[in-house]
Amino acid sequence: MTEGLLLAARDLRRDYAMGRTGVHALRGVTLDVARGEYVAVVGPSGCGKSTLLNLLGAIDRPTAGTVEILGKRVDGMTDADATRFRLRNIGFVFQRFYLMQALTALENVELPLAEAGVPRAQRRHRAGDLMAYVGLAERRDHRPAQLSGGEQQRVAIARSLANTPSLLLADEPTGELDANTGAEIIALFGQLNRDGTTIVVVTHDEDLAAAAKRVLHMRDGLIVRDERAMRSA
Amino acid sequence: MLFTLAFTSLMRHRARTVLAMLGVAVSAAMLLDMVMLASGMRTSFRSLLLVRGFQLRIAPKGTLPFDTEALIDSASEVRSIVQAIPGVTTVSPVLGGQLRVELRDRVVAATALGVDPTVQGDYEVTAGREPKAPDEVAASDELLEAIGARIGDTLWVATGFDPQLRTYVSRRPVIVVARAHFLYAALGQRMIGAPLATLQSMRGSEAKDRTSLFMVRVGNGVDVEAVRARINDAAPKVTATSIASAMKFVDERLSYFRQLAFVLGTLSLFVGFLLVTTLVTVSVNERIGEIAVLRAIGVRRGRIVLQILIEGIAIMLSGAIAGLALGLVTGRYLDTILSDFPGLPAAMRFFLFEPRDAWAALGLLFACGVLAGIYPSWRGASLPIATTLREEAIA
Repeated sequence: MTEGLLLAARDLRRDYAMGRTGVHALRGVTLDVARGEYVAVVGPSGCGKSTLLNLLGAIDRPTAGTVEILGKRVDGMTDADATRFRLRNIGFVFQRFYLMQALTALENVELPLAEAGVPRAQRRHRAGDLMAYVGLAERRDHRPAQLSGGEQQRVAIARSLANTPSLLLADEPTGELDANTGAEIIALFGQLNRDGTTIVVVTHDEDLAAAAKRVLHMRDGLIVRDERAMRSA
Repeated sequence: MLFTLAFTSLMRHRARTVLAMLGVAVSAAMLLDMVMLASGMRTSFRSLLLVRGFQLRIAPKGTLPFDTEALIDSASEVRSIVQAIPGVTTVSPVLGGQLRVELRDRVVAATALGVDPTVQGDYEVTAGREPKAPDEVAASDELLEAIGARIGDTLWVATGFDPQLRTYVSRRPVIVVARAHFLYAALGQRMIGAPLATLQSMRGSEAKDRTSLFMVRVGNGVDVEAVRARINDAAPKVTATSIASAMKFVDERLSYFRQLAFVLGTLSLFVGFLLVTTLVTVSVNERIGEIAVLRAIGVRRGRIVLQILIEGIAIMLSGAIAGLALGLVTGRYLDTILSDFPGLPAAMRFFLFEPRDAWAALGLLFACGVLAGIYPSWRGASLPIATTLREEAIA
């Protein structure tokens, strides 16, 4: 793996069985992402964006091809190894936030830290810092139901950063938010990237895609255009 | 955090959780009652036999005490033989019979026990003194109440009353000198305790030098079974029964009860198991998205399994605690119904509570809670993360 390269996917294919027929969600995607990059993946619904993200995040296995992150093959990892790898190296942000309603915002951020075995006092401190980072220091003891959509997504972003991941993967992070709130999240992603976080975001949101330094256009399970690549070519 | 998540998952649908807990409580109550029933009669019967420390009963050959109306012939000889066996400390003869009891214009039927008042083990005097003279008797509360008598009153008692001919085998006056609690009497049974010779003479030739049984007490540290064997060898016309052999016999007779208790107890456990499995499975199905996300952010399968198991166990145990209280109340109520069963000693308990029964029921319910959580926790932990998230997004 080239120095500075964080992620390398080679000829990724993912087929799904759907009834008697198969669906080729990915049909040979090759992709390199360097440390510090901010990549947006765009394309029409069903083009394979989320499937690609799932494979890059080691929550799904490719039918063929390889995924290497930080020099480690993640496509063939056992479930336990993949779980441990995700916990330490990958942050996830989802369209529907998926915060634990039973826990406070701060406890939600603490969750991955607790799973990683960070002592209570230390994780409390770290979670507090992250809440401040996403601008919600005052809302740390609120439960998700007491927060707006934008605030919930900020908490979800703070949670994704808890174990200082090398890679942040986001699937339609502004999909459930209005334009103003979406803009706040876009700004937060920009700040995260400036602070050194590598981001791959799947989106339909043109503003979010425009904020990325590199845009991958997908269609029918293939990357059909790599804008940065084109610009640099 | 694991406990918080489990607890709040249950509290998310409070009414549903409470209803499931109530279901488990009913099931736990039934289980406790069945556990109590399975061991209660046996324990109660054993305590009853041992209440006055008599470890052996001697009845006519091939019979059990008061199982038939057969009598032991040559009772004084048998008593002497038994008394002479090493280790035997007390031999208490008992002759049963039916009496017609009269006081002024009142007449009632009563069961009489002819005993040796110095060694008897059939009743406890609660007021007055032990009968000594041939015309003195002890009477149960039920008899005194029925006939309106008090200590000091003279009753006319008769044996062998023929209601058609209105004749008696024997009739005589006796003085009530004691109010007594008869240990083996059925509920409401009118009892009278008289000196053995008095009842023998009243029953006439059929009971001359005869008894229904002997109760035998042996010394501390004496091998009861060895004494029983010696009695059976030394007195061929009688059968000695120890507590252990009586219990064996009781076990055989009560095996239907125990089987019933086992089947009903198993059924109630199964119902509780199904209730909890259903509730926790529904709860898992409602939050598969959350679970998939937990897995995605790096939460181990084991944690998911543990959280869901905790939910199952929490419902089971909280329901069980309420159920144990309910089981005690229903057990007591059922006991009063069964204690009225004719012919059974009133002191006999069917649903006898012992702490070990509660622990046994709790242990079974805990195990059941764990088992009930296995399927939903397996389902939660084995969710395909990407597929679940995609389906959730589509939904």
